[in-house]
Amino acid sequence: MTQRFRVAGGAALDRARPISFTFDGVAYAGYEGDTLASALLANGVRVVGRSYKYHRPRGILSAGPEEPNALVGVARGPGRFTPNLSATEVELHDGLVATSQNRWPSLRFDVGAVNDLFAPLFGAGFYYKTFMGPDWLPPNWAWKHVYEPIVRRAAGLGTAPTEPDPDRYVRFFDHCDVLIVGAGPAGLAAARAAGDSGADVVLCDDNPAPGGSLSAETRATIGGKPAREWLAATLDALGAMPNVRLMPRTQAFGCYAENLVALSERLPEPALIADPGLPRERLWRVRAKEVVFAAGAIERPLVFSDNDRPGVVLADAARRYLNLYGVKVGDHVVVVTAHDSAYRAALDLKDAGVAVALIADVRDEAEGPLPDAARAAGIKVAVKAAIHAVEGRARLKSVRLAAHPGGMRVIACDALLMSGGWTPSVHLVSQSRGKLVFDEALGLLRPEAPVEGQRSASACNATFGLAEALAEGDAAGRAAAEGAGFPPPAPRAYAVEGAPRAAGGTLGAPLHVLGDRRVKAFIDYQNDVCVKDVELAVQEGFRSVEHVKRYTTTGMATDQGKLANMNALAVAAAVQEKPIPEIGLTTFRPPYTPVTFGAFAGPARGDLFDPVRKTPVHDWAAENGAAFEDVGLWKRAWYLPRPGEAMPEAVARECRTVRAAVGVFDASTLGKIEVVGPDAAVFLEKIYVNAFQKLAVSRCRYGLMLTETGFVMDDGVVARLAPDRFHVTTTTGGAPRVLAHMEDYLQTEFADLRVWLTSTTEHWATIAVQGPKARETLVPLIEGLDLAEKAFPHMSVREAKICGVSARLMRMSFSGELGYEINVGSAYGLDVWKAVFAEAEKHGGCAYGTEAMHVLRAEKGYVIVGQETDGTTTLDDLGLGWAVGKAKADFVGKRSLILPELMREGRKQLVGLLTEDPEAVLEEGAQVTESAAPPKGSPALGHVTSSYRSATLKRSIALALVAGGRARMGARLYASTPGGAVAVTVAAPCFYDREGTRLHV
Amino acid sequence: MLLIPCPWCGMERPEIEFRHGGEAHVARPQDPAAVGDEAWTEYLYFRSNPKGVFAERWRHTFGCGRFFNVVRDTASDRILAAYKPGEPRPAIESEGLP
Repeated sequence: MTQRFRVAGGAALDRARPISFTFDGVAYAGYEGDTLASALLANGVRVVGRSYKYHRPRGILSAGPEEPNALVGVARGPGRFTPNLSATEVELHDGLVATSQNRWPSLRFDVGAVNDLFAPLFGAGFYYKTFMGPDWLPPNWAWKHVYEPIVRRAAGLGTAPTEPDPDRYVRFFDHCDVLIVGAGPAGLAAARAAGDSGADVVLCDDNPAPGGSLSAETRATIGGKPAREWLAATLDALGAMPNVRLMPRTQAFGCYAENLVALSERLPEPALIADPGLPRERLWRVRAKEVVFAAGAIERPLVFSDNDRPGVVLADAARRYLNLYGVKVGDHVVVVTAHDSAYRAALDLKDAGVAVALIADVRDEAEGPLPDAARAAGIKVAVKAAIHAVEGRARLKSVRLAAHPGGMRVIACDALLMSGGWTPSVHLVSQSRGKLVFDEALGLLRPEAPVEGQRSASACNATFGLAEALAEGDAAGRAAAEGAGFPPPAPRAYAVEGAPRAAGGTLGAPLHVLGDRRVKAFIDYQNDVCVKDVELAVQEGFRSVEHVKRYTTTGMATDQGKLANMNALAVAAAVQEKPIPEIGLTTFRPPYTPVTFGAFAGPARGDLFDPVRKTPVHDWAAENGAAFEDVGLWKRAWYLPRPGEAMPEAVARECRTVRAAVGVFDASTLGKIEVVGPDAAVFLEKIYVNAFQKLAVSRCRYGLMLTETGFVMDDGVVARLAPDRFHVTTTTGGAPRVLAHMEDYLQTEFADLRVWLTSTTEHWATIAVQGPKARETLVPLIEGLDLAEKAFPHMSVREAKICGVSARLMRMSFSGELGYEINVGSAYGLDVWKAVFAEAEKHGGCAYGTEAMHVLRAEKGYVIVGQETDGTTTLDDLGLGWAVGKAKADFVGKRSLILPELMREGRKQLVGLLTEDPEAVLEEGAQVTESAAPPKGSPALGHVTSSYRSATLKRSIALALVAGGRARMGARLYASTPGGAVAVTVAAPCFYDREGTRLHV
Repeated sequence: MLLIPCPWCGMERPEIEFRHGGEAHVARPQDPAAVGDEAWTEYLYFRSNPKGVFAERWRHTFGCGRFFNVVRDTASDRILAAYKPGEPRPAIESEGLP
């Protein structure tokens, strides 16, 4: 059966280039220029999928992106499988492999079709009323173990790809003077006019061969030329204009503030095969000074019983298949219509040799040039038509209808062309927050007052007719050019012949369908929503369009209700006996049609997903076997295992070495801010809880900062280098936030303070040297500074030279051992590190990573912001109330400290926890409770914030926040583990050298 | 994507260069110690949320780094004015758009 439904003609085809493809494993033939849909129709394939809920066999309904039924999966090679593509949009190429969806075991025999029999159970909102209980089972048991697994397997549409997308996608920003969406007659006329003005014009169209309604136009002439010749000439002319860019295969899917329009451009498959370096898609974000919407209109289905049978096709789609692709949708057809435009389809099909048994017009009268032409061509026309039944489940057999004259009759046919009228495509206008109004006379929604810088032309503006389209497009192009600051050219007149007026349309369901709950009259094909579902929703109290939409799911499928919205609205209005505007209209949201994830990701995937920040010492650490952890965007050396060591052994060795000899640690990721100015100390006193004005030059102080709400926000060391100069450190993750917080207060609250803030995080490499041998390690390398205990006590800062390079040297400790931090310009960081490391090794020292750093500080009970704090922790909770400068009248957060909640009895307080079994290491996050088996639903006392195995103490240690913790010293509590609660003893949150004697050596 | 006029840079720049800074003209009380608990909590947590003309702060984080104020109609998303901190808020009527 080779392309039995192929006829002569087909403007889009290149008959010299036949193509073979497969659908569900069967080989078919087509031509270059075909879509998958046109090729399937040509080959007589009527059933292309199964509907979502009822698994009814479905055929191709339309010829455009509004297609709800013909959703297929297309494979283009390994890792290149895309589900849910509209066959109407898939360009046929050699070797294409397509599969139907939502059916098992096959399209022909689908077990899911049993749902069609149980349809009464699957009405609107059925899932709110089913899949619950029975009552004698524990709550949710049945859902979790019985219903959900079945529903999950049955639900959904298409199969998700299982391999990563290997294709390349690119993203561009672009600017233009005039952006025109849609290259039909109006868009082309607008482009001509705007282009003639000299403006920079972009004209986009989602079709591979732009032209809109002109592509299928066989009778009309423009300026004496047949429409399609005019189209070709115009495209040539536009192509020759250097200031006009024509973008086919490009969908404008989103319109954002200030005329930022998002375009998704697909590249054709043959081009991708020929040049694998090309991206598969390009995402354009175009800022246009002026926009013209020439997006056209979408034909609407008629609503009648079984209007979803394969063979029921939109009338203009049938005309498009004939004139663009040389495909007849059937041999003997019936046309049912509320609009004159379907008569054009009937005339064209008749000319191509298709038998048109009848045009059944649902209106009371069929008057005007097009009905007259049909009658003159010998086609029977009847009025007041009502479709009562459609016979044929997988293949249309006949239609039973009543019409005048003649009454009830059954007509054998293999295709039923239907037209309910035309819905202007106002999606982008709606996305731009343009106002839409319901036009009572025309029975449609159209743009009212356009948003500044935008205008609509032709069918999307509810202006119908070819001559009108060209005129309105020309005017829109001129207006856009003028708006963009270019003198518009003179208006261009287009002489149109052979395009008679076409009007009409109907909304919603006819009277004999309303109220009949046995009948399946489809409103939303993709989500299987019928008239009876909308009626049920209204009956159950869901009256506004927002509720009707969500309860029935009409308009919520991937086609976003392009064929469904107006009919759903009209039925909801009819049932409530209210005018349509009172029911409301939902908002259109981007994307207009589905856009590939890859297009949004662009190059930001794999290694390029996020920037990676590395310290000057990074490569040395990597060469020396370090494992890294992510802290924000930074890579930090986590531990540096020696051969044969796993993490626990490496961390234990690192800790022991620091406490016994010396360890060297890369602290370069810590945030650093240079705070300079006559009011620097005053400013720091406003931001931190501590006193700083009296901090002497060359001294450091541990600083804590709060949010205005009184909770701990960040901590660090503040070092005073001069009366007006401070070197401030922050946590690694908090650095940008702290600087932003400081700038906010400085610029907007304390604006008269003379202070300047500079981020110096990347300016300084920071090397920490910690351990009893730290001084001996550094003395040989330092010039210009006496490191003796009295000369350079704990918490001092001096400028000196290390390895001949200027440095800021601080004496401070996060390990609890004698410690220093060296800051050198980051360009010297690696070399200084190597020198320090070489010295440390002479004393039996080693390099250590962040894990050992965490264990050492936990042994001392030093908190880590973000670990012991969660944004609701106060200084007092942590036992750090001593840090507050008592004499300070005001600082950020001070007033909040005396709010009732922050002073409440029973707040969680920082304590240490020692497991009764010293080998048991608690999980961070473990819940702390009073009893081993607390009653279900009762609150925990708190949670474990840090937990480690301590090599120093040869047992586990943990820090925790526990309600009223400080009053529970020595008490036995329990901490949760996956295997049950374990007993712990509450202890002081410091397990080692509580007096701090090891710091002052 | 909004085009936001930065009064410090003297030009419109795309929204992605900025970070929103919440409601404008919420002054930190001069003497927080003198403010009662309820009023202080209001200052910390309560902000207006009008449908219509709204004065808000923006910071040009990927530009000059400075804070400034903007009057924007939250219903139409139109920016009606931009001015530096310390300058008075311009009196602007709503555009009456939906």
